[in-house]
Amino acid sequence: MTTAGVAAEHLEHALHDDRPFIRKYVFSTDHKIIGIQFLFLSLFFLLVGGVLAMVIRWQLGFPGKAMPLPGAWPSTMAPDGVVLPEFYTALVTMHGTFMVFFAIMPLLVGVFANYLIPLKIGAPDMAFPRLNMWSFWLMIPAGALMVAGFFVEGGAASSGWTGYAPLSANPEYTGATYGQQLWCLSLIVFALSSLLGSVNYITTVVNLRAPGMTWFRLPLSIWALFITAILALLAVPILAGALIMLLFDVVLHTNFFLPAGGGQPLMWQHLFWFFGHPEVYILILPAMGIASDLIANGSRKPIFGYHSMVYAICGIAFLGWVVWGHHMFQSGMNPRLGTTFMVSTMFIAVPSAIKVFNWMGTMWRGNIHFTTPMLNGIAFVAMFTIGGLSGIFMAATPADMYIHDTYYIVAHIHYVLFGGSLFAIFGGIYFWFPKMFGKMMSERLGKIHFALTFVAYNLTFFPMHILGIGGHMRRIYDPSQYEFLRPLQPMNEFISLSAFALFISQLPFIWNFFHSLFWGKKADINPWHDNGLEWTAPSPPPHGNFETTPTVYHGPYEFSRPDMEQDYLPQNQPLPAPQPVAH
Amino acid sequence: MSHAATHTIEHAEEGLGVYTQKLGMWVFLCSEVMFFTALIGSYIILRWGSAESWPVPAETLNIPVTALNTFILICSSVSMVKAYAAAVHDDQRGLKRWLLTTVLGGATFVGVQAYEYIHLIGKGFLPSSGLFGSTFYTMTGFHGFHVTCGVISMAYCTLRAFRGKYAGGNFHGIETVGLYWHFVDLVWIILFTIVYLF
Amino acid sequence: MQHWWFPTSASSYGAELDNLFVLILYITGAVFVIVEVGLLVFLVKYRKREGRKAEYIEGNTTAEIVWTTIPAVVCVFLGLFSQPLWSRIKDPARIPADAIPLEVTAKQFEWHFGYPGPDGQQGTADDYGKRNELHVVVNQNYRVRLQAEDVIHSFFIPVFRLKQDAVPGMQIMAWFRPTRTGQFELACAELCGLGHYRMRARVFVHTPEEFAAWQASQIAPTTPAASDTTASSGRTAR
Repeated sequence: MTTAGVAAEHLEHALHDDRPFIRKYVFSTDHKIIGIQFLFLSLFFLLVGGVLAMVIRWQLGFPGKAMPLPGAWPSTMAPDGVVLPEFYTALVTMHGTFMVFFAIMPLLVGVFANYLIPLKIGAPDMAFPRLNMWSFWLMIPAGALMVAGFFVEGGAASSGWTGYAPLSANPEYTGATYGQQLWCLSLIVFALSSLLGSVNYITTVVNLRAPGMTWFRLPLSIWALFITAILALLAVPILAGALIMLLFDVVLHTNFFLPAGGGQPLMWQHLFWFFGHPEVYILILPAMGIASDLIANGSRKPIFGYHSMVYAICGIAFLGWVVWGHHMFQSGMNPRLGTTFMVSTMFIAVPSAIKVFNWMGTMWRGNIHFTTPMLNGIAFVAMFTIGGLSGIFMAATPADMYIHDTYYIVAHIHYVLFGGSLFAIFGGIYFWFPKMFGKMMSERLGKIHFALTFVAYNLTFFPMHILGIGGHMRRIYDPSQYEFLRPLQPMNEFISLSAFALFISQLPFIWNFFHSLFWGKKADINPWHDNGLEWTAPSPPPHGNFETTPTVYHGPYEFSRPDMEQDYLPQNQPLPAPQPVAH
Repeated sequence: MSHAATHTIEHAEEGLGVYTQKLGMWVFLCSEVMFFTALIGSYIILRWGSAESWPVPAETLNIPVTALNTFILICSSVSMVKAYAAAVHDDQRGLKRWLLTTVLGGATFVGVQAYEYIHLIGKGFLPSSGLFGSTFYTMTGFHGFHVTCGVISMAYCTLRAFRGKYAGGNFHGIETVGLYWHFVDLVWIILFTIVYLF
Repeated sequence: MQHWWFPTSASSYGAELDNLFVLILYITGAVFVIVEVGLLVFLVKYRKREGRKAEYIEGNTTAEIVWTTIPAVVCVFLGLFSQPLWSRIKDPARIPADAIPLEVTAKQFEWHFGYPGPDGQQGTADDYGKRNELHVVVNQNYRVRLQAEDVIHSFFIPVFRLKQDAVPGMQIMAWFRPTRTGQFELACAELCGLGHYRMRARVFVHTPEEFAAWQASQIAPTTPAASDTTASSGRTAR
């Protein structure tokens, strides 16, 4: 292959980079370094969120029993290892907050948008590299402020990750005065970071595509990240506005959400979910895009119905703006509005179904390679399907009346965010790790990690549906308070044990990640035989990515062309000339 | 390698035909629109979405002074247009003059607003003074913050203009900042109408 | 395993709601089986084999129209099917006219129930209140006016399948008709602070005779404090 050869030839020259260490790896403006920085940061927060989940599960499985290392827990949180109710509410709040804002969203957007967009569209870097750097470095104070909540008087914010007012708006109700303020401040800084990222991603995709990279030659991962950036651009400022008002309610004693001063508690919910529902798609669309790339590559087949996949992404993104009320069916909102939101919500099933069937169509008559990325991609489809289908129950307003605020919802969100987003994220990490670090991850450990995670994950979250049908409320510290929940306690115990197993199942990943980073097998330029432009640059690509600007000749899914021996064709290589017709 | 960067941008696939800085500013302004939508939308819900009566703004606020201030801000938008035109025509003296005028206009606006705040707080009208106080200070405060950011970035542009950085018809920076400035101006016209006049 | 399913319904609309749930379960269950079994079949049938190449298929318009239309039709059907039940339960204008009014006030972390007294009218001299105990008569419609004193709570009676948030500053109406006598539980379903988990009340569905006897004991100037202590004993325990 000529491109690979050319790139390899220039590799040494390209890697000669005279920037000082601090500019190269710390305050770097290189989108690849920023993506990798986001990777480490958000994997750290994923771990933090996971640890919090383990404490939650301990309390739910074994209420009132002392945790391991009873002496190690601060007496304000868990004296003698027994979780306090106020600590429990802080735990559920911070678990949700960390996972949504500091783990899944930066993993999808911070890592993959940063790393992949310029490489996949053939650009040397982002449109605004310095803003990009700021986008990462703002996440550090945002994360620090959030973590600090645990260590201030009154503990961390305890009003749920949704921060429903007035519980969040008046410190007297939770006692977490400083924790709530830190929560607001942290998320405002987070919003700024997200804004800088979004401006970059959108501008870059619109203006910096390599010659020949037309809109309908973009890989679906880039389409998804682009649409996601638009959602984040427009949704996150709504959150910022709401947070500012909430912060003012707490600090300046304004009355936006406090009914005593004429404010409206439901307005918080409208603002939060007007942001929150697009946010849900911010958390799933990039995963869909990544899964599309993984599945086409693993099946060695063009993606089935590329155009309708693109339209489905746009359709989901559009519908995401008109369904926020389905989080509020039981909130006291006018029930007629509920009907409207039910109908709009039901329609989301349509583009989602299109995507699921198209992924299946991609695998149909393929030549499926069971690589670790592909396995994770398949798991994404299988699990997202469950998460999507369980959503239909909640969309139906009367059924929602019963399952709203129960473990059914908890099961649903984890099927979408863990079964969906996180499997795609793991798949993406396994897939692009060789490009990021120039080393292969161990396939064997990767498959062990996948198998353990897949089993433990289903054992953890599937029974939560049954708890929900049994009426088990969310966010309750001690289910044994209720007679009707006592028979469900063995299931709670089972879920907790599965959750611990799920946590332990991540050890092979952590080991694999760091071991491969230093001692992994050296990666080729294109180990997965993929078509994306990133695979035509060296592994890892040098500062500036491409020695010469690539020219793009076709779409990203030219796998197994009948007129070619090789079963892939990188985007920078022309299609084979049509066979001359005999005269 | 770093040369490759600038090189490629010029030869990219057809984008929107808008240079990157300007496109970035437009994208950023979309986000700003949503931010102010959140604040203004909440104000509309709180004020007109409940049966309770709203205080008459003119009884608390000094409308003539703010009207004058609004006029100053609008004028600074006009001078911004003049500065942009000067930059396009490579008229360096005009550019410096109009940029300075704009900075001065913006700074005056912020100054008058600060004076207004001090006066109102002295009268006992605080963010905690009911919904009117809450919404008034939040909306005008964040607008004032945006104007301040605009003044700072334009002061920076002015400095650069005096160093001749916009010579030779290099107007991109001026146009981009100008877009922001017009946006901030537009937001104020909406705020002035719905907060002060209605 | 009887605990792996809904608690037995005890309200007039409970069974209909369960049926809707089961209907959706059938529909989604069918989709679930099609997708997951299809995936498994594909994974086995089209697994990698040497010397074989994937077929170059870029899509199929007919197939795509089919799997766009079917979900759309099914979803519109589900929406239309759910709507009447929803508006019958939640539309304030459709609360049965003969419903007895109850005043329910939620606060951190207890429920207060205001009963209309024998005259069936709120705001009269024979009204009485009870903490954390809801007493109702079987097969009688009740209209609940929900209020919250501090934060948002949610009025959740699992056996009635009824859930409605109580929002401070708002008065929200809900209604129900118990269909089974017995003792049940009422829970707060919206995070309302550290005591959220113990914001529990008991629901007693009486026969008319039992209720009359209980009501008489409430109106008679006996010792209401004593009964209150029993009611609150459940929530003080941690």
